[in-house]
Amino acid sequence: MYRQKHLFLLPGLLVLVAIIIFPLLFTIRVSFSSWDVFQPGLDWIAGANYGRLLEDARYWGALGRLMIMAVGTVLIQYTLGFALALLVWGDLKARRFFRVLFLVPMMTTPVIMSVIWRTVFHESIGPLNGLLQALGLQGVPWLSEPALAFASVMMVEIWQWTPFMFLLLLAGLVSLPREPYLAARIDGAGPIRTFFAVTFPAMAGISIAAILIRLIEASKIMESVYVMTSGGPGTATETSTYYIYIRGLRDFQLGYASALSVTYLVIMIISLTIIAKVLVRLFVKDRT
Amino acid sequence: MRSENLLRSAKVLAASSALGLAAGVASAEDYTRFGIEKDVPGMCSYESIDAKDYSGRELTVITHAIPVIGEPTKLHAEQFSELTGADVEVVHVPFGDLFQRIMIPFQTGQDAYDVLFYASLWLGDYNPYLANVPEEYQSTAGMQGLTDTTRDVGMWGGEMKQYIMDGDRHYLKYREDIFSDPDMQARFEEETGRELTVPETWEEYNEVARVFTGWDWDGDGDPNYGSAEVVKRDDLMFSAFISRAAPYAKHPDVGGGFFFDLETMEPLINNPGWVRGLELFVEAQESFPPGGTNFGLGDEIFSFGGGETLMSYSWDDALIQAQQADSPIRNDVRTQMLPGAREVWNRETGEWDTFEEPNRAAYITWGWTSAVAQSSRNKDMAFDYLCFFSNEANTRHDLQIGRFGVNPYRTSHFDADFWADDLGWDRDMAEQYVETLERIDAYDNRVFDLRVPGVGQFMTSLAAGVAEAVAGQATPQEALDGVAEEWSRTVERIGKDRVREAYANVVEIEDAR
Repeated sequence: MYRQKHLFLLPGLLVLVAIIIFPLLFTIRVSFSSWDVFQPGLDWIAGANYGRLLEDARYWGALGRLMIMAVGTVLIQYTLGFALALLVWGDLKARRFFRVLFLVPMMTTPVIMSVIWRTVFHESIGPLNGLLQALGLQGVPWLSEPALAFASVMMVEIWQWTPFMFLLLLAGLVSLPREPYLAARIDGAGPIRTFFAVTFPAMAGISIAAILIRLIEASKIMESVYVMTSGGPGTATETSTYYIYIRGLRDFQLGYASALSVTYLVIMIISLTIIAKVLVRLFVKDRT
Repeated sequence: MRSENLLRSAKVLAASSALGLAAGVASAEDYTRFGIEKDVPGMCSYESIDAKDYSGRELTVITHAIPVIGEPTKLHAEQFSELTGADVEVVHVPFGDLFQRIMIPFQTGQDAYDVLFYASLWLGDYNPYLANVPEEYQSTAGMQGLTDTTRDVGMWGGEMKQYIMDGDRHYLKYREDIFSDPDMQARFEEETGRELTVPETWEEYNEVARVFTGWDWDGDGDPNYGSAEVVKRDDLMFSAFISRAAPYAKHPDVGGGFFFDLETMEPLINNPGWVRGLELFVEAQESFPPGGTNFGLGDEIFSFGGGETLMSYSWDDALIQAQQADSPIRNDVRTQMLPGAREVWNRETGEWDTFEEPNRAAYITWGWTSAVAQSSRNKDMAFDYLCFFSNEANTRHDLQIGRFGVNPYRTSHFDADFWADDLGWDRDMAEQYVETLERIDAYDNRVFDLRVPGVGQFMTSLAAGVAEAVAGQATPQEALDGVAEEWSRTVERIGKDRVREAYANVVEIEDAR
C-alpha cells in the first residue's frame, strides 16, 4: 500500500523532471562545453567557460547594474503599490474603476509597451519633451545620457509592475481582520499610528512574498532594455539578462552563455535567500 | 572585366527580349492579376513557373518579419503556390531571432527549412550548410545581369552559395535644396571661411553638419540638425562606424586585409586609421538631433527622410522615405559616394599617407540574401521559388515598394529611366542616384563585411567598444584596444587557421581590383 501510494506521485514527478530538471541539467552540461556557432555539439572543456566569465568585466558590470535596477524598482513599486492599495481599500468613490485602471499597465504586452515608452522618451519627436518645451523647459536627453537612460528604463519597469504589487497588497488588505482596527480606534490611534502599529505589521508576510516574487521577476529585466536602449548608451543600461541574450542568441556562444546563466542562477538563489531571511528577521520575527 | 560582364548581360537581355517577343505572341495568359506590369519571359517567368506542377509537395521558407523582405517572401510564395500547386509555408521571424532559428537546425542536423532569407554577412557561418546554386540557374538572365559586386556577395570559395535578391551598400544622402541655396552658402562661408560643398571627407562632413545644427534652416518653424546616423548599439551601428573608418584604414595600395592582417591574423581594428574614424564618429555627436546617439536604423530613416537633418548615410531606405509621394523633401535629395579621407593609414609603412584626391572606400555592407539548405529534399522546387522570387517582373515590382527592402542589384536596375519615368523622380536626381550606385559598384577600393565564422561575435564586441567611446566611457583608442583584445581571444577560440581560411575569401574579392 505504501509503495502504491508513491507510485501515484510518479506522473507529477515525471512532468517536473521533464519541465524543470532536464532543461536545468542540460544547461549545466552545455556550460561545460564549447558549443558555439563554429563548434556545435557537447564536447567537454571542463570549467573553461567559468574561468572565462571570472575575467569578464562586462558580465560583472551588467550584474551590478541589474542588482541596482531590480532592488530600486521593486522598492519603489512596493511603496507605490502599497499607497494605491490603501487608497482603493478606503472609501474611495469609483473604487471598481480605479482597481481596473491600476491593473492596465500589467495587462499590456511588455515589448509593445517598451516600444510606446521609447516613443514617449524620444528626444526629437517624443511627447514628453514636447510637453516640457511647451512649458518653456529644455528637452531632456532621456535615452542618450547614461544616468537618465538608466532612470528611464527603471521608470518603465515601475510603471509596468507597480500594479502587481497593488494587486497582491490589496488582496492582503482585504483579508485583514477588522478587530485590531476597532481596538486601535477605541484607543484613539490616528490613521498614521494605525498604519504603522496595525496595518504594516499585519501586512509583513504578504509584503515579503510580494517583494520576493517581484525581485525574482525584476532580475530578468530584458524587454525594456532591448527595445529602449539596446544596453546603451555605452553599457549604461546593459543588464545580465541582456548580456546573456547577446552572448547566447546573437553571438551564438551557447556554451559560454550557459555558464553565464548558471552562474547568474546561483547568484540569484543565494542573494534572494539572504534577502528573504533578512526581511523575515526584520519584519516578522515578533510573530514567530 | 566589368565591360565584359555588361556586354554579356546586354546579350542575354537582348536574347531574352527576343524570346519574350516570341513567347508573348504565343502566350495568351494574363499575369497582371498578380500585380505586375507584365510578365518577362525567361526560365523563371510567370509563364514558365505556371507550366510546372508541384502539387502535393511542401516547401518551407524561413524569412524576416513583415514587411522588410518578409512581405515579398510571402507575396511571391502565395503566387508560386497558386502557379505550381505547391504548398508553401512561410515562417516569419523577428530579426533578433533569425540567425539562431536558422543555425540551430543546421547544427542539430534537422531538415527544418528548404529556403532561407537572411543577412548576407552570415555566409561565413552558414556556408557549410548551403547548397550551391546550380549552373542552370546561374545562367538565367537575372543572374547574368547581376553587377560584379553583388555577384561577389553570393560567392564563397569560388562557388555561388547565395541566391542574390538584394543589393546593399552605404552611400551619402544630402539635401540639395539647402546646399544650392545662396543664403545657406553665404552663412556657411561666413562661419567657416570656405565654400559650401558636398563633403569630400569625413572632416568636411562633420564641419558642414556642425554649422547646420540647432537652427531652422528649412523654415518650418522647428530646429534642424546636421546629421542622422545609426548609433544605437546592436542596431547595425557597426556598419555606420565601418563606413566612417574605412577611408582612413583601407589604403588603396595595401592589400591583405582590412579587419585583420591575413598573414598573422592580428586585428587591425585599433590601428591609427580606425581610431581616427572613431574620433570623428564621436565628434559628430554634436550635430545629431536630440536623442541621436540612440538612433537605430528606423530613427535615421525618419529623421533624414522626414526633413529633420541635412545629411545621412546608410542604405537606400532613408532616400526611399524622402521620395514618398507625401514627403516634404521629395526630389530635394541627392546622393554621393561616402566621404573619403586625405590622410590614410598605411599599415605596411606605419605612416599616414597624404592623398590630394580623397581616398574613398566603397562599403558593400549587409544586404539581404537567400539560399537553399544543403539538407533540403526539395532543392528543385526551392531554387525554382527563388528564381521566381527574383524574376524580372517581380523584381521590378518589389523595387518600387520601399518597405519591401529590395534594393537595386542588377545592371538593369541602374537605369535612370526606371526611377524617373516609373517612380516620378526628378530626372536629375534619378541620374545622379544611378551614377552613385554605378560608381560604388565599379570602385576599386572596396570593403566587404567580415564574413567569417563567428561574425556576430566580432561585430557585437565592435559595437560595444564603439558605443563606449560614443558614450564617453572610454577614449577611442582605449575602446578599440579593448575590441582588438576581444577579437584576438575570439580568433584563438575559433582557431586562427579557420578564421584565416574564411577571411581569405573576403580579402580575395577586396583585393581583386
